[in-house]
Amino acid sequence: MTALIQITGLHKSYGAFHALRGIDLDIAAGEVVVVVGPSGSGKSTLIRCINLLEDYQRGEVRVDGEKVGRGKALARVRAEVGMVFQSFNLFPHLSALRNVALGPLRVRGMPRRDAEERARALLAKVGLAEHADKLPGQLSGGQQQRVAIARALAMEPKVLLFDEPTSALDPEMVGEVLAVMQALAHTGVTMVIVTHEMGFARRVADRVVFMEAGLVVEQGAPEAFFSAPREPRTQAFLQAVFHH
Amino acid sequence: MDLITTFFNLRVLADTFPLLLQGLGITVLLGAVSIVLGFVAGLLMALLRLYGPAPLRTLARIYIDVFRSIPLLVLLVLVYYALPFVGVRLSSFAAATTALSVVSCAYTAEIFRAGIEAIPKGQFEAAGAIGLSFFDTMRDVVLPQALRIVTPPLTSNCINVLKDTALASVVAMPDLLKQATQAQALSANPTPLIGAALLYLALLLPLVRLVGWFETRRPGDTR
Repeated sequence: MTALIQITGLHKSYGAFHALRGIDLDIAAGEVVVVVGPSGSGKSTLIRCINLLEDYQRGEVRVDGEKVGRGKALARVRAEVGMVFQSFNLFPHLSALRNVALGPLRVRGMPRRDAEERARALLAKVGLAEHADKLPGQLSGGQQQRVAIARALAMEPKVLLFDEPTSALDPEMVGEVLAVMQALAHTGVTMVIVTHEMGFARRVADRVVFMEAGLVVEQGAPEAFFSAPREPRTQAFLQAVFHH
Repeated sequence: MDLITTFFNLRVLADTFPLLLQGLGITVLLGAVSIVLGFVAGLLMALLRLYGPAPLRTLARIYIDVFRSIPLLVLLVLVYYALPFVGVRLSSFAAATTALSVVSCAYTAEIFRAGIEAIPKGQFEAAGAIGLSFFDTMRDVVLPQALRIVTPPLTSNCINVLKDTALASVVAMPDLLKQATQAQALSANPTPLIGAALLYLALLLPLVRLVGWFETRRPGDTR
Protein backbone atom coordinates (compact mmCIF):
# COMPACT_ATOMS: atom_id res chain seq x y z
CA MET A 1 0.00 0.00 0.00
CA THR A 2 1.33 3.42 -0.84
CA ALA A 3 1.43 6.11 1.80
CA LEU A 4 -1.11 8.93 1.80
CA ILE A 5 1.64 11.51 2.25
CA GLN A 6 5.01 10.85 0.63
CA ILE A 7 7.83 13.29 1.30
CA THR A 8 11.04 12.57 -0.58
CA GLY A 9 14.38 14.36 -0.45
CA LEU A 10 12.91 17.64 0.76
CA HIS A 11 15.32 20.58 1.01
CA LYS A 12 14.37 24.10 2.00
CA SER A 13 16.50 27.18 2.62
CA TYR A 14 15.70 30.67 3.79
CA GLY A 15 18.60 32.48 2.16
CA ALA A 16 21.72 31.01 3.74
CA PHE A 17 19.78 29.14 6.44
CA HIS A 18 19.21 25.51 5.50
CA ALA A 19 15.91 24.79 7.26
CA LEU A 20 15.23 21.32 5.84
CA ARG A 21 18.20 19.19 4.83
CA GLY A 22 16.74 16.19 3.06
CA ILE A 23 13.56 14.88 4.64
CA ASP A 24 12.10 11.51 3.67
CA LEU A 25 8.86 10.66 5.41
CA ASP A 26 5.89 8.49 4.49
CA ILE A 27 2.64 8.77 6.40
CA ALA A 28 -0.09 6.18 6.05
CA ALA A 29 -3.79 6.93 5.72
CA GLY A 30 -5.39 7.28 9.15
CA GLU A 31 -2.05 7.51 10.93
CA VAL A 32 -1.45 10.04 13.72
CA VAL A 33 2.09 11.37 13.54
CA VAL A 34 3.46 13.79 16.11
CA VAL A 35 6.54 15.78 15.14
CA VAL A 36 8.67 17.03 18.02
CA GLY A 37 12.00 18.77 18.27
CA PRO A 38 13.68 21.94 19.50
CA SER A 39 12.73 25.39 18.17
CA GLY A 40 14.23 25.99 14.76
CA SER A 41 14.52 22.29 13.99
CA GLY A 42 12.34 22.73 10.89
CA LYS A 43 9.23 20.89 12.09
CA SER A 44 6.80 23.73 11.33
CA THR A 45 8.52 24.34 8.01
CA LEU A 46 8.10 20.66 7.18
CA ILE A 47 4.35 20.57 7.64
CA ARG A 48 3.95 23.92 5.90
CA CYS A 49 5.65 22.34 2.88
CA ILE A 50 3.01 19.60 2.76
CA ASN A 51 0.30 22.04 1.60
CA LEU A 52 2.85 24.35 -0.02
CA LEU A 53 2.43 27.32 2.31
CA GLU A 54 6.23 27.24 2.03
CA ASP A 55 8.06 26.79 -1.24
CA TYR A 56 11.01 24.42 -1.23
CA GLN A 57 14.07 24.09 -3.43
CA ARG A 58 14.45 20.34 -3.85
CA GLY A 59 12.49 17.16 -3.36
CA GLU A 60 8.80 16.51 -3.66
CA VAL A 61 5.64 16.02 -1.66
CA ARG A 62 2.80 13.79 -2.81
CA VAL A 63 -0.61 13.71 -1.21
CA ASP A 64 -2.75 10.75 -2.24
CA GLY A 65 -0.40 10.16 -5.16
CA GLU A 66 -0.71 13.71 -6.51
CA LYS A 67 2.39 15.88 -6.58
CA VAL A 68 1.84 19.12 -4.70
CA GLY A 69 2.91 21.99 -6.93
CA ARG A 70 1.89 25.48 -8.01
CA GLY A 71 -0.99 25.73 -10.43
CA LYS A 72 -4.55 24.59 -10.83
CA ALA A 73 -4.10 21.37 -8.85
CA LEU A 74 -2.92 23.21 -5.73
CA ALA A 75 -6.37 24.33 -4.57
CA ARG A 76 -7.61 20.77 -5.10
CA VAL A 77 -4.84 19.33 -2.92
CA ARG A 78 -5.33 22.03 -0.30
CA ALA A 79 -9.02 21.24 -0.11
CA GLU A 80 -8.00 17.72 0.98
CA VAL A 81 -5.43 18.95 3.50
CA GLY A 82 -6.81 20.93 6.42
CA MET A 83 -4.56 23.09 8.55
CA VAL A 84 -4.76 24.42 12.08
CA PHE A 85 -2.39 27.28 12.86
CA GLN A 86 -0.64 28.34 16.02
CA SER A 87 -2.32 31.75 15.92
CA PHE A 88 -5.76 30.36 14.85
CA ASN A 89 -6.02 32.72 11.85
CA LEU A 90 -9.79 32.84 12.03
CA PHE A 91 -11.42 35.41 9.76
CA PRO A 92 -12.14 38.17 12.31
CA HIS A 93 -15.02 39.74 10.38
CA LEU A 94 -17.02 36.50 10.12
CA SER A 95 -18.98 34.69 12.84
CA ALA A 96 -17.73 31.30 14.02
CA LEU A 97 -20.44 29.70 11.90
CA ARG A 98 -19.45 31.53 8.74
CA ASN A 99 -15.77 30.83 9.35
CA VAL A 100 -16.58 27.14 9.31
CA ALA A 101 -19.10 27.30 6.45
CA LEU A 102 -16.92 29.33 4.08
CA GLY A 103 -14.89 26.44 2.67
CA PRO A 104 -17.84 24.12 1.93
CA LEU A 105 -19.74 27.07 0.47
CA ARG A 106 -17.02 28.34 -1.86
CA VAL A 107 -14.73 25.40 -2.50
CA ARG A 108 -17.24 22.55 -2.44
CA GLY A 109 -20.00 24.68 -3.97
CA MET A 110 -22.50 23.62 -1.30
CA PRO A 111 -25.75 25.57 -0.95
CA ARG A 112 -25.50 28.03 1.94
CA ARG A 113 -28.14 26.23 3.97
CA ASP A 114 -26.28 22.90 3.78
CA ALA A 115 -22.91 24.50 4.45
CA GLU A 116 -24.25 26.23 7.56
CA GLU A 117 -25.93 23.05 8.72
CA ARG A 118 -22.61 21.23 8.46
CA ALA A 119 -20.88 24.11 10.25
CA ARG A 120 -23.41 23.97 13.09
CA ALA A 121 -22.90 20.24 13.49
CA LEU A 122 -19.12 20.65 13.59
CA LEU A 123 -19.28 23.51 16.08
CA ALA A 124 -21.44 21.27 18.27
CA LYS A 125 -18.84 18.53 17.89
CA VAL A 126 -16.10 20.82 19.25
CA GLY A 127 -18.41 21.97 22.04
CA LEU A 128 -19.23 25.42 20.71
CA ALA A 129 -22.84 25.08 19.60
CA GLU A 130 -23.95 28.15 21.58
CA HIS A 131 -21.14 30.30 20.21
CA ALA A 132 -21.93 29.86 16.51
CA ASP A 133 -22.96 33.48 15.97
CA LYS A 134 -20.10 35.10 17.86
CA LEU A 135 -17.17 36.81 16.18
CA PRO A 136 -13.71 35.36 16.86
CA GLY A 137 -12.83 38.42 18.94
CA GLN A 138 -15.61 37.51 21.38
CA LEU A 139 -14.19 34.03 21.99
CA SER A 140 -11.33 32.84 24.22
CA GLY A 141 -8.16 31.51 22.63
CA GLY A 142 -9.14 27.92 23.28
CA GLN A 143 -12.57 28.49 21.77
CA GLN A 144 -11.05 30.17 18.73
CA GLN A 145 -8.72 27.25 18.17
CA ARG A 146 -11.64 24.83 18.39
CA VAL A 147 -13.49 26.90 15.76
CA ALA A 148 -10.35 26.68 13.63
CA ILE A 149 -10.38 22.89 13.98
CA ALA A 150 -14.05 22.82 12.97
CA ARG A 151 -13.20 25.03 10.00
CA ALA A 152 -10.54 22.58 8.86
CA LEU A 153 -12.88 19.61 9.38
CA ALA A 154 -15.65 21.24 7.36
CA MET A 155 -13.77 20.42 4.17
CA GLU A 156 -13.79 16.73 5.15
CA PRO A 157 -10.06 16.59 4.53
CA LYS A 158 -8.03 13.41 4.24
CA VAL A 159 -5.21 15.04 6.16
CA LEU A 160 -5.17 17.49 9.07
CA LEU A 161 -2.00 19.43 9.77
CA PHE A 162 -1.58 21.01 13.20
CA ASP A 163 1.16 23.65 13.49
CA GLU A 164 1.78 24.05 17.22
CA PRO A 165 -1.96 24.37 17.90
CA THR A 166 -1.62 25.01 21.65
CA SER A 167 1.53 27.13 21.75
CA ALA A 168 -0.33 30.46 21.68
CA LEU A 169 -2.86 29.44 24.32
CA ASP A 170 -3.02 30.27 28.01
CA PRO A 171 -2.19 27.11 29.96
CA GLU A 172 -5.75 26.57 31.22
CA MET A 173 -7.04 26.36 27.63
CA VAL A 174 -4.56 23.82 26.31
CA GLY A 175 -6.55 20.88 27.64
CA GLU A 176 -9.81 21.66 25.82
CA VAL A 177 -8.01 21.87 22.47
CA LEU A 178 -6.00 18.70 23.04
CA ALA A 179 -9.21 16.89 24.04
CA VAL A 180 -10.82 17.83 20.71
CA MET A 181 -7.72 16.65 18.86
CA GLN A 182 -7.60 13.40 20.78
CA ALA A 183 -11.25 12.75 19.94
CA LEU A 184 -10.41 13.19 16.24
CA ALA A 185 -7.46 10.80 16.28
CA HIS A 186 -8.12 7.35 14.84
CA THR A 187 -11.45 8.37 13.31
CA GLY A 188 -10.00 7.91 9.82
CA VAL A 189 -8.44 11.32 9.24
CA THR A 190 -4.66 11.37 8.93
CA MET A 191 -3.10 13.78 11.42
CA VAL A 192 0.34 15.37 11.39
CA ILE A 193 0.87 17.36 14.56
CA VAL A 194 3.75 19.63 15.49
CA THR A 195 3.62 20.18 19.22
CA HIS A 196 5.56 20.51 22.44
CA GLU A 197 2.90 18.57 24.38
CA MET A 198 4.82 15.38 25.12
CA GLY A 199 2.03 13.87 27.21
CA PHE A 200 -0.34 14.25 24.30
CA ALA A 201 2.19 12.73 21.92
CA ARG A 202 2.62 9.75 24.20
CA ARG A 203 -1.14 9.18 24.59
CA VAL A 204 -2.34 9.82 21.05
CA ALA A 205 0.44 9.32 18.49
CA ASP A 206 0.93 6.21 16.43
CA ARG A 207 4.40 7.43 15.66
CA VAL A 208 6.63 10.16 17.04
CA VAL A 209 9.10 11.85 14.71
CA PHE A 210 12.02 13.74 16.27
CA MET A 211 13.61 16.47 14.18
CA GLU A 212 16.72 18.50 14.76
CA ALA A 213 18.59 20.92 12.53
CA GLY A 214 16.44 20.15 9.49
CA LEU A 215 16.73 16.37 9.68
CA VAL A 216 14.63 13.53 11.02
CA VAL A 217 16.91 12.13 13.72
CA GLU A 218 14.73 9.37 15.09
CA GLN A 219 11.20 8.06 14.85
CA GLY A 220 9.19 5.31 16.40
CA ALA A 221 6.18 4.26 18.41
CA PRO A 222 5.64 6.58 21.38
CA GLU A 223 6.30 3.94 24.04
CA ALA A 224 9.73 3.09 22.67
CA PHE A 225 10.50 6.68 21.71
CA PHE A 226 9.89 8.13 25.14
CA SER A 227 11.15 5.27 27.32
CA ALA A 228 14.12 4.09 25.27
CA PRO A 229 15.33 6.71 22.76
CA ARG A 230 18.28 5.42 20.74
CA GLU A 231 19.94 8.61 19.54
CA PRO A 232 21.98 10.74 21.93
CA ARG A 233 20.37 13.89 20.51
CA THR A 234 16.90 12.53 21.20
CA GLN A 235 17.98 11.59 24.71
CA ALA A 236 19.33 15.09 25.30
CA PHE A 237 16.14 16.68 23.98
CA LEU A 238 13.84 14.53 26.10
CA GLN A 239 16.07 15.08 29.12
CA ALA A 240 15.76 18.85 28.64
CA VAL A 241 11.98 18.71 28.11
CA PHE A 242 11.16 16.52 31.07
CA HIS A 243 13.60 17.93 33.60
CA HIS A 244 13.38 21.66 33.11
CA MET B 1 -23.53 100.58 0.64
CA ASP B 2 -22.69 98.76 3.86
CA LEU B 3 -21.06 95.39 4.31
CA ILE B 4 -24.30 93.50 4.76
CA THR B 5 -25.85 94.69 1.52
CA THR B 6 -22.57 94.03 -0.27
CA PHE B 7 -21.73 90.54 0.92
CA PHE B 8 -25.00 89.18 2.33
CA ASN B 9 -27.53 90.78 0.06
CA LEU B 10 -30.64 88.71 0.68
CA ARG B 11 -32.45 89.94 -2.43
CA VAL B 12 -29.53 88.99 -4.67
CA LEU B 13 -29.21 85.68 -2.87
CA ALA B 14 -32.90 84.91 -3.33
CA ASP B 15 -32.67 85.79 -7.05
CA THR B 16 -29.62 83.64 -7.69
CA PHE B 17 -30.26 80.78 -5.30
CA PRO B 18 -32.01 78.52 -7.85
CA LEU B 19 -28.99 78.92 -10.10
CA LEU B 20 -26.64 78.03 -7.23
CA LEU B 21 -28.71 74.95 -6.41
CA GLN B 22 -28.51 73.85 -10.03
CA GLY B 23 -24.75 74.26 -9.84
CA LEU B 24 -24.67 72.30 -6.57
CA GLY B 25 -26.58 69.49 -8.26
CA ILE B 26 -24.02 69.31 -11.03
CA THR B 27 -21.15 69.49 -8.57
CA VAL B 28 -22.59 66.59 -6.59
CA LEU B 29 -23.32 64.56 -9.73
CA LEU B 30 -19.83 65.17 -11.11
CA GLY B 31 -18.28 64.27 -7.77
CA ALA B 32 -20.39 61.16 -7.28
CA VAL B 33 -19.76 59.75 -10.74
CA SER B 34 -16.02 60.41 -10.45
CA ILE B 35 -15.88 58.87 -6.97
CA VAL B 36 -17.69 55.70 -8.08
CA LEU B 37 -15.59 55.30 -11.24
CA GLY B 38 -12.41 56.07 -9.31
CA PHE B 39 -13.36 53.54 -6.62
CA VAL B 40 -14.00 50.65 -9.00
CA ALA B 41 -10.99 51.42 -11.20
CA GLY B 42 -8.80 52.07 -8.15
CA LEU B 43 -9.65 48.71 -6.62
CA LEU B 44 -8.81 46.92 -9.87
CA MET B 45 -5.63 48.98 -10.21
CA ALA B 46 -4.56 48.03 -6.67
CA LEU B 47 -5.11 44.33 -7.42
CA LEU B 48 -3.11 44.64 -10.65
CA ARG B 49 -0.39 46.54 -8.83
CA LEU B 50 -0.14 43.80 -6.18
CA TYR B 51 -0.98 40.57 -7.99
CA GLY B 52 -0.87 41.18 -11.74
CA PRO B 53 1.73 39.65 -14.06
CA ALA B 54 5.05 41.51 -13.84
CA PRO B 55 4.58 43.84 -16.88
CA LEU B 56 1.08 44.86 -15.77
CA ARG B 57 2.35 45.42 -12.23
CA THR B 58 4.93 47.83 -13.60
CA LEU B 59 2.35 49.60 -15.77
CA ALA B 60 0.01 49.96 -12.80
CA ARG B 61 2.82 51.45 -10.72
CA ILE B 62 3.66 53.92 -13.48
CA TYR B 63 0.00 54.89 -13.85
CA ILE B 64 -0.36 55.46 -10.12
CA ASP B 65 2.84 57.52 -9.89
CA VAL B 66 2.05 59.65 -12.95
CA PHE B 67 -1.52 60.53 -11.98
CA ARG B 68 -0.60 61.26 -8.39
CA SER B 69 2.05 63.67 -9.69
CA ILE B 70 0.21 65.61 -12.37
CA PRO B 71 -1.77 68.64 -11.16
CA LEU B 72 -5.47 67.99 -11.72
CA LEU B 73 -6.00 71.36 -13.37
CA VAL B 74 -3.26 70.61 -15.89
CA LEU B 75 -4.79 67.22 -16.66
CA LEU B 76 -8.23 68.74 -17.03
CA VAL B 77 -7.00 71.38 -19.46
CA LEU B 78 -5.14 68.70 -21.43
CA VAL B 79 -8.23 66.51 -21.69
CA TYR B 80 -10.51 69.37 -22.67
CA TYR B 81 -8.28 71.56 -24.83
CA ALA B 82 -5.56 69.21 -26.15
CA LEU B 83 -7.41 65.98 -26.92
CA PRO B 84 -9.60 67.63 -29.60
CA PHE B 85 -6.42 68.01 -31.68
CA VAL B 86 -6.32 64.20 -31.96
CA GLY B 87 -10.03 64.02 -32.66
CA VAL B 88 -11.21 63.27 -29.11
CA ARG B 89 -13.80 65.90 -28.33
CA LEU B 90 -15.33 65.47 -24.87
CA SER B 91 -18.16 67.49 -23.38
CA SER B 92 -17.14 69.53 -20.36
CA PHE B 93 -18.89 67.02 -18.09
CA ALA B 94 -17.15 64.04 -19.72
CA ALA B 95 -13.79 65.83 -19.64
CA ALA B 96 -14.16 66.74 -15.98
CA THR B 97 -15.35 63.24 -15.05
CA THR B 98 -12.43 61.69 -16.93
CA ALA B 99 -9.81 63.87 -15.29
CA LEU B 100 -11.29 63.53 -11.81
CA SER B 101 -11.76 59.76 -11.93
CA VAL B 102 -8.40 59.06 -13.56
CA VAL B 103 -6.69 60.86 -10.67
CA SER B 104 -9.04 59.49 -8.02
CA CYS B 105 -8.30 55.99 -9.35
CA ALA B 106 -4.59 56.50 -8.70
CA TYR B 107 -5.13 57.67 -5.11
CA THR B 108 -7.75 55.00 -4.43
CA ALA B 109 -5.37 52.31 -5.71
CA GLU B 110 -2.68 53.41 -3.27
CA ILE B 111 -5.19 53.46 -0.42
CA PHE B 112 -6.42 49.95 -1.24
CA ARG B 113 -2.87 48.66 -1.64
CA ALA B 114 -1.99 49.88 1.84
CA GLY B 115 -5.19 48.34 3.20
CA ILE B 116 -4.58 44.96 1.58
CA GLU B 117 -0.96 44.94 2.71
CA ALA B 118 -2.10 45.56 6.28
CA ILE B 119 -3.99 42.24 6.35
CA PRO B 120 -1.91 39.68 8.26
CA LYS B 121 -0.22 36.95 6.23
CA GLY B 122 -2.04 34.35 8.34
CA GLN B 123 -5.35 35.39 6.77
CA PHE B 124 -4.05 34.60 3.29
CA GLU B 125 -2.60 31.32 4.56
CA ALA B 126 -5.84 30.28 6.26
CA ALA B 127 -7.80 31.09 3.09
CA GLY B 128 -5.28 29.18 0.97
CA ALA B 129 -5.30 26.23 3.36
CA ILE B 130 -9.03 25.65 2.91
CA GLY B 131 -8.56 25.83 -0.85
CA LEU B 132 -10.19 29.20 -1.56
CA SER B 133 -9.43 30.60 -5.01
CA PHE B 134 -7.74 33.98 -5.38
CA PHE B 135 -11.09 35.58 -6.21
CA ASP B 136 -12.85 34.07 -3.20
CA THR B 137 -9.93 34.94 -0.93
CA MET B 138 -10.23 38.57 -1.98
CA ARG B 139 -14.02 38.74 -1.87
CA ASP B 140 -14.67 36.85 1.34
CA VAL B 141 -11.54 37.32 3.42
CA VAL B 142 -9.21 40.14 2.40
CA LEU B 143 -11.30 42.95 0.94
CA PRO B 144 -13.97 43.04 3.67
CA GLN B 145 -11.20 43.51 6.24
CA ALA B 146 -9.20 45.90 4.09
CA LEU B 147 -12.28 48.02 3.43
CA ARG B 148 -12.68 48.67 7.15
CA ILE B 149 -9.09 49.79 7.41
CA VAL B 150 -9.28 52.12 4.41
CA THR B 151 -12.67 53.72 5.08
CA PRO B 152 -11.13 56.86 6.69
CA PRO B 153 -8.59 57.53 3.91
CA LEU B 154 -11.20 56.70 1.26
CA THR B 155 -13.53 59.25 2.80
CA SER B 156 -10.70 61.80 2.74
CA ASN B 157 -10.23 61.05 -0.93
CA CYS B 158 -13.95 61.60 -1.56
CA ILE B 159 -13.62 65.02 0.06
CA ASN B 160 -10.72 65.85 -2.24
CA VAL B 161 -12.64 64.77 -5.33
CA LEU B 162 -15.67 66.84 -4.33
CA LYS B 163 -13.49 69.89 -3.70
CA ASP B 164 -11.64 69.41 -6.97
CA THR B 165 -14.90 69.45 -8.92
CA ALA B 166 -14.64 73.23 -8.62
CA LEU B 167 -11.78 73.10 -11.13
CA ALA B 168 -14.31 71.97 -13.75
CA SER B 169 -15.55 75.57 -13.98
CA VAL B 170 -12.37 76.16 -16.01
CA VAL B 171 -13.73 73.97 -18.82
CA ALA B 172 -17.09 75.77 -18.90
CA MET B 173 -18.79 73.25 -16.64
CA PRO B 174 -21.86 74.92 -15.04
CA ASP B 175 -20.98 73.61 -11.59
CA LEU B 176 -21.54 75.44 -8.34
CA LEU B 177 -18.51 77.72 -8.64
CA LYS B 178 -19.21 78.58 -12.30
CA GLN B 179 -22.85 79.38 -11.56
CA ALA B 180 -21.77 81.55 -8.65
CA THR B 181 -19.26 83.56 -10.67
CA GLN B 182 -21.82 84.04 -13.43
CA ALA B 183 -24.49 85.12 -10.95
CA GLN B 184 -21.99 87.51 -9.41
CA ALA B 185 -21.31 89.06 -12.82
CA LEU B 186 -25.02 89.39 -13.61
CA SER B 187 -26.02 90.91 -10.31
CA ALA B 188 -22.83 92.93 -9.91
CA ASN B 189 -22.72 91.72 -6.32
CA PRO B 190 -20.47 89.13 -4.61
CA THR B 191 -23.25 87.58 -2.51
CA PRO B 192 -23.62 84.52 -4.82
CA LEU B 193 -19.95 83.72 -4.20
CA ILE B 194 -20.58 83.76 -0.46
CA GLY B 195 -23.62 81.56 -1.06
CA ALA B 196 -21.54 79.11 -3.07
CA ALA B 197 -18.87 78.98 -0.39
CA LEU B 198 -21.53 78.23 2.21
CA LEU B 199 -23.01 75.48 0.03
CA TYR B 200 -19.55 73.89 -0.37
CA LEU B 201 -19.18 73.98 3.39
CA ALA B 202 -22.62 72.45 3.92
CA LEU B 203 -21.63 69.63 1.58
CA LEU B 204 -18.14 68.97 2.88
CA LEU B 205 -18.08 69.84 6.58
CA PRO B 206 -20.08 66.73 7.54
CA LEU B 207 -17.64 64.55 5.60
CA VAL B 208 -14.66 66.23 7.24
CA ARG B 209 -16.28 65.67 10.63
CA LEU B 210 -16.87 62.03 9.69
CA VAL B 211 -13.16 61.55 9.01
CA GLY B 212 -12.39 63.26 12.32
CA TRP B 213 -14.75 60.83 14.03
CA PHE B 214 -13.05 57.85 12.35
CA GLU B 215 -9.72 59.07 13.66
CA THR B 216 -10.77 59.60 17.27
CA ARG B 217 -12.38 56.17 17.42
CA ARG B 218 -9.95 53.63 18.84
CA PRO B 219 -8.85 51.06 16.25
CA GLY B 220 -10.16 48.16 18.33
CA ASP B 221 -13.72 49.46 18.10
CA THR B 222 -14.15 48.39 14.51
CA ARG B 223 -14.46 44.72 15.45
